[in-house]
Amino acid sequence: MKLNDLERSMLAGEHGAAAKRALEHQIKVGEFFGAADFVPVTQAHVMADTESLGEPGVAWLESLGRENGRVRVPTITDPRGTDFAKTSVLRHPLRIVDLERRAIEAFQKLGVLMTDTCINYQTIQAPARGESVAFGDTGVVIYANSVCGARSNYEGGPSAVAAGLTGRTPRYGFHLEEHRRATLRVRTDFMPKSLNEWGALGGLVGRLAGNYWAVPYLEGLDAVPGSDELKHFGAAMASFGSIAMYHLAGVTPEAAAPALPVAHRIGQGDVAALQAAYAPQGEIDVVVFSAPQLSLYELRELAAMCDGRRFTKPLLAVTSPQIKPDADRFGLTKRIEDAGGHVLAGMCFYQSYAREIAEANGWKRLATNSAKLVNILGGYGYVPLLASMEHCVDAAEKGRL
Amino acid sequence: MIYSARHAIGKPVRGQTLVAHDGFSARYDLDRIKGVFSRATHKLAGQSYAGRILVLDTAKGGVASAWMLHEMATRGLVPLALVLNSVNPILVQGAAFGNVTMLVGFDGDITAQVPHGATVELDPAARTLRVL
Repeated sequence: MKLNDLERSMLAGEHGAAAKRALEHQIKVGEFFGAADFVPVTQAHVMADTESLGEPGVAWLESLGRENGRVRVPTITDPRGTDFAKTSVLRHPLRIVDLERRAIEAFQKLGVLMTDTCINYQTIQAPARGESVAFGDTGVVIYANSVCGARSNYEGGPSAVAAGLTGRTPRYGFHLEEHRRATLRVRTDFMPKSLNEWGALGGLVGRLAGNYWAVPYLEGLDAVPGSDELKHFGAAMASFGSIAMYHLAGVTPEAAAPALPVAHRIGQGDVAALQAAYAPQGEIDVVVFSAPQLSLYELRELAAMCDGRRFTKPLLAVTSPQIKPDADRFGLTKRIEDAGGHVLAGMCFYQSYAREIAEANGWKRLATNSAKLVNILGGYGYVPLLASMEHCVDAAEKGRL
Repeated sequence: MIYSARHAIGKPVRGQTLVAHDGFSARYDLDRIKGVFSRATHKLAGQSYAGRILVLDTAKGGVASAWMLHEMATRGLVPLALVLNSVNPILVQGAAFGNVTMLVGFDGDITAQVPHGATVELDPAARTLRVL
């Protein structure tokens, strides 16, 4: 890779051992993909729950701190592995809580801002068109590329930390014009009405597109979705297909139909079939709204559905630390918790030791309106059920979907 | 038989293959405590991956694998190498961070060419997979 003066001095160790190690890691990745050089980034976003890091990952972060590592650009975090105020609800053991505290201390020593959110485009700062960033959550990356017109690859935790420390990332993938063009056309005559349907549609597109380098162009929608719809749509597409960018006419700044025939058609039956592929009904153990974290408007909608109910099964609604104080202030938290639910902040269900939570609480059959969550939780031993928010709330009251 | 990859990273390794035309995600597919594929719908469900050379189709899902390969390596419950038709940046970043050998991109579907259970040698410098 071609290095400029600053990068050469980093590699020579003139900016400290942490920056040197970070750049060395980035060069390995950049050379794998044939990157010609680096591109400066304006911000980095690090996925770093301790279930993923484990103790060795936390020790690595701590070693960067001992080397006086310090981020050069604003660097923020994805959800943590617990909500410290709700560890008794989740039944997280002390070892998990302690490891999370160690990770937080290590991040703070590097100058990382502990935002603990996977909806930073709704809560912190959405990137602008053409802005190069190093984002580390698939749902965040696909939103940044497809809705904002910003430029990011999937940056896994170590690479996002490296980008924060060096202020740059290798120029490959979605930082390059040629990878941002649509590569296949998908047509739908189905207009989703609920968030679970938006997620299911996104999941189907992702599954059809199939790999990171595919950029689907979706046509046929007859209305422009809002931010929460696009959040579920993109997060599921990224989850099912490892997709980092899509084109949606009227939404994606760079949207352009490829000169290709329509490769796939998606109808209402396909969406229904995807939802039915998960356990469509029956007893449930828990209801979870998470993945991505809920916006203020989703919490408002949920609170309205909770009024006058008394849940017989646990209901967890997970949001960001930025949204939670407003939800408290506006009385939304109280309305949800008066019905027997719990509003959690700064975590995301699948990033919070989902297997340990299941074992500790005896939860197996989990109802949610998140297509992303049902796609993930199978590997953790859950039987996930995908339904609308309204039906999930009903299930929390009646004990079955 | 020797197969050439377009991309490679890591050190030379020799081991036994576990082959399936399916994807790979450390978070979505694995029970990392037991060292087995745990997603019921995965074609390698129930099989141990530790010390095996996984020959699979593509990277799936999210970003966690970048940390998880490193964590798995420290416990010795990690694949010896990953061989894939295509890859996302996460697995490459994870392989770089966790020192896991990886070969990616072949002429044709590599999962249809390398036998399940075969002993193979990977040479990342030469970008080759040799079936012994």
